[in-house]
Amino acid sequence: MTNEQNWTLVCGLSDIVPNTGVCGKVGEAQVAVFRIVSPSGEEDGVFAIDNFDPRSGANVLSRGLVGDMDGQVVVASPVYKNHIALETGTCIEDAAWSVKAYPVRLGEGGIVLVQGE
Amino acid sequence: MKIVVVGNGMVGHKLLEEFADKPGLEITVLCEEARAAYDRVHLSEFFSGKTAEDLSLVAEKFFDRDGISLHLNAKAVSLNAAKKYVETAEGEQIEYDKLILATGSYPFVPPVPGRDREGCLVYRTIEDLEAMREWGAKSRKGVVVGGGLLGLECAKALKDMGLETHVVEFAPRLMTVQVDDMGGALLRKKIEALGVFVHTQKNTLEIAEGAGVGVGGRHVMKFADGEQLETDMIVFSAGIRPRDELARSGGLKMGERGGIAINNFCQTSEKDIYAIGECALWEGKIFGLVAPGYDMARVAAKHVLEGSSQEGPAEFQGADMSTKLKLLGVDVASIGDAQGNTPGALSYLFSDGVAGHYKKLVVSADNKRLLGAVLVGEAEDYGSLLQLALNQIPLPEHPDELILPAREGGSKTGMGVDMLPESALICSCNNVSKAALCTAVADGATSLGALKKCTKAASSCGGCQPLVKQVLDSELSKSGVLVLNHICEHFEHSRQELFHLIKVAQFSSFDEVILRHGKGRGCDICKPAVASILASQKNEFVLKPKLASTQDTNDYYLANLQKDGTYSVVPRIPGGEITPAKLIVIGRVAQRYGLYTKITGGQRIDLFGARVEQLPLIWKELIDAGFESGHAYGKALRTVKSCVGSTWCRYGVQDSVSMAIAVEQRYRGLRSPHKIKMAVSGCTRECAEAQSKDVGVIATESGWNLYVGGNGGMKPRHANLLASDIDDETLVRYIDRFLMLYIRTGDRLQRTSVWLENLEGGIDYVKQVVCEDSLGIGVELEGEMQKLVDTYECEWKKAINTPETLKRFRHFVNSQEPDQNIQFVDERGQIRPKRAQEKQLENAS
Repeated sequence: MTNEQNWTLVCGLSDIVPNTGVCGKVGEAQVAVFRIVSPSGEEDGVFAIDNFDPRSGANVLSRGLVGDMDGQVVVASPVYKNHIALETGTCIEDAAWSVKAYPVRLGEGGIVLVQGE
Repeated sequence: MKIVVVGNGMVGHKLLEEFADKPGLEITVLCEEARAAYDRVHLSEFFSGKTAEDLSLVAEKFFDRDGISLHLNAKAVSLNAAKKYVETAEGEQIEYDKLILATGSYPFVPPVPGRDREGCLVYRTIEDLEAMREWGAKSRKGVVVGGGLLGLECAKALKDMGLETHVVEFAPRLMTVQVDDMGGALLRKKIEALGVFVHTQKNTLEIAEGAGVGVGGRHVMKFADGEQLETDMIVFSAGIRPRDELARSGGLKMGERGGIAINNFCQTSEKDIYAIGECALWEGKIFGLVAPGYDMARVAAKHVLEGSSQEGPAEFQGADMSTKLKLLGVDVASIGDAQGNTPGALSYLFSDGVAGHYKKLVVSADNKRLLGAVLVGEAEDYGSLLQLALNQIPLPEHPDELILPAREGGSKTGMGVDMLPESALICSCNNVSKAALCTAVADGATSLGALKKCTKAASSCGGCQPLVKQVLDSELSKSGVLVLNHICEHFEHSRQELFHLIKVAQFSSFDEVILRHGKGRGCDICKPAVASILASQKNEFVLKPKLASTQDTNDYYLANLQKDGTYSVVPRIPGGEITPAKLIVIGRVAQRYGLYTKITGGQRIDLFGARVEQLPLIWKELIDAGFESGHAYGKALRTVKSCVGSTWCRYGVQDSVSMAIAVEQRYRGLRSPHKIKMAVSGCTRECAEAQSKDVGVIATESGWNLYVGGNGGMKPRHANLLASDIDDETLVRYIDRFLMLYIRTGDRLQRTSVWLENLEGGIDYVKQVVCEDSLGIGVELEGEMQKLVDTYECEWKKAINTPETLKRFRHFVNSQEPDQNIQFVDERGQIRPKRAQEKQLENAS
């Protein structure tokens, strides 16, 4: 489901287990969408980055473990554990492994929308 | 300044490296050989597959820089010191302001009649090696004349070419200079055991025409004692002589027996001419090793650039001729006064005839200082002993402990690198001190590779590498003590402390733990660690919503992630025993889903290439056929390997398969700091290789021997014997206790082998706690294990029956499509992932 600003409905927020990711098909792109919840239970937002991990060449970032490093919310690639900041898509260890970050928002009825290219 | 360098050997090239990028220099290099500098120390590797290119010492584009020109095949034939020019064989005259002679040496060939016969060779240059290879190909038998260091290197080369190899030595023993009689005798024994024939006290009188190839040999060597030796080729390696003819032509001062006399700045009798390396004679001595040559190169370069006006200029002060080598696979090392020639010197000897080790320490008359050492068969301690000798460090109370082997349970006194002064020279080839290494580590060179690259330490002869590693480890542990102890930035606790905190408070989720004892959100280090601790205490289903987000990659999908994003599947096959019917099921499932199959090292079968959405389908079929999860994905018990035991084997004394199955059923699914591997052997022949496992069981006539802490892999370790001749029940009780002790106190990702090595008290402590119950926690440990055994359930069985969990097993949350990036090609009748290049090629076309 895509509207004129190219926002794609990926899933409902409740379809994402807290502090995990899912992979959404946004146009032809694979986008990893994460739901971040604090240890005390507050929703801290959703984030969207490429699902493709440039270091391993596999579409796996949505399956990584999330956490924080020096205050930045990050996901660790499940293959070689390189960390990517969810806000920007920047790889902490080596900028060459950075990925694209996508605009993402919650729509009415708790749906997750990602803006494609 | 016009500089002419004659010779581009190892030392000559070192000099050029010292000069490189210094402004105002116009350097001409005359090199007689057809190729620029190469590594002569590792020359024999030419015969074990290295090429001339591999041996090159010239950094890429080194000679492309301005201000340096290399002339190959350019032999300097005369020198005019008054008019300051050298003349090449082509007649070209090249003027210099400063001339550096690095002409090296030539192999000495004893003046024996017949030495010019075809197939009589020397061992010095790559051309010599090519000639040896050519002759080797048409020979069956080869002789090396000279049983010194180079001679034995050379013998290795002949051996590598498959020749029947003989070493002929004039002196009564091998390596006369470096080792003593006993060391020489052991070295001989070891080399002979490798099939090399050694002939000592042989004075060659003549080399004559032999009976012919294939009959006896092309040549026959006749010795003074009347004996004869027939051979097809002969290589002379009986020492070196300085190449000093150019210096002679210029009228420079020479030593009586050759060599260009130099002072402490490496200047010859002409102040603008320097000589370095094996052609130079300093205080009547020629230095035939690379380290002193490099030292001379540094001194000469500094002197040329800065003159002697500088305060405290670098001077050549002689060199330590200690050396460590691997000759024909035998470690040999010699330090300082190896023969004990110092007046009043005393010695300690250790000889292990079984293992073939010989070690000698030469100490000062007051037993306080190490003067020299000889090591044959095992030379691991060379670096530390050398440092003791060079730095005049006071010896421990019982110096013999330095060479006596460490006994089980005890640790060797030896000496740590921490005892060395900052100024200690660790790498003498490249002049790297301990202080320089420490600084480099502090500046971020935290791996051996990085440290070698930035300091050049251990990058020439490599003899100091173990010591460089020790300095690295010591510095890292000093700077990282706190970091290592804390699991990550979110917890100021070690895993052991967290285990305890969680147990006391009976926490059951990561969020509870981090809210109470940590900070932030956690990360991919602490989350799986806490998840593992919770599993070891509560044993709840790992994919429960509150636990799922903290599981490591593989646990999260209950399968092993492969490089292309697919997973591998490993059903449990307890003890490696499987029925034909079950084998057929595995085959059928693999065929249906197009999986790649491979037998694992743990006696089971790994199925590769499963897409995430196929995992539940595959497991449904496996579980319906009676299989269970193999936990190959978890930091958990993996397999219990076994031999067939007394059921079938003529030698078996106990039923190892039944025991292995019982053990595997008991501990299946057990989560721990790292993976756990076990094995059960049915007799002392140990076919299940139990002594390389975390827990190894070996049958005896009257029961079982229990071993713990073994490991294969990156750092193999033989397991320690924990208990002998115990019955089935005691065996299980001890394993329960051992495993729970490890789970309680082990560090994150620490195998039992490393845990045991680091545990204070080592195996003796574990024996006390497990076998003697010294802490009175035996029953408690058994109770904890029994709880885990009782609450076990197959994770895959649970997963396929939990719809909530199954939702995770798809690639897209909003599409049924598979991941198009996963592509396979056929190889040997099975799939393999397409390589990146193959994908690119396809996209391009």
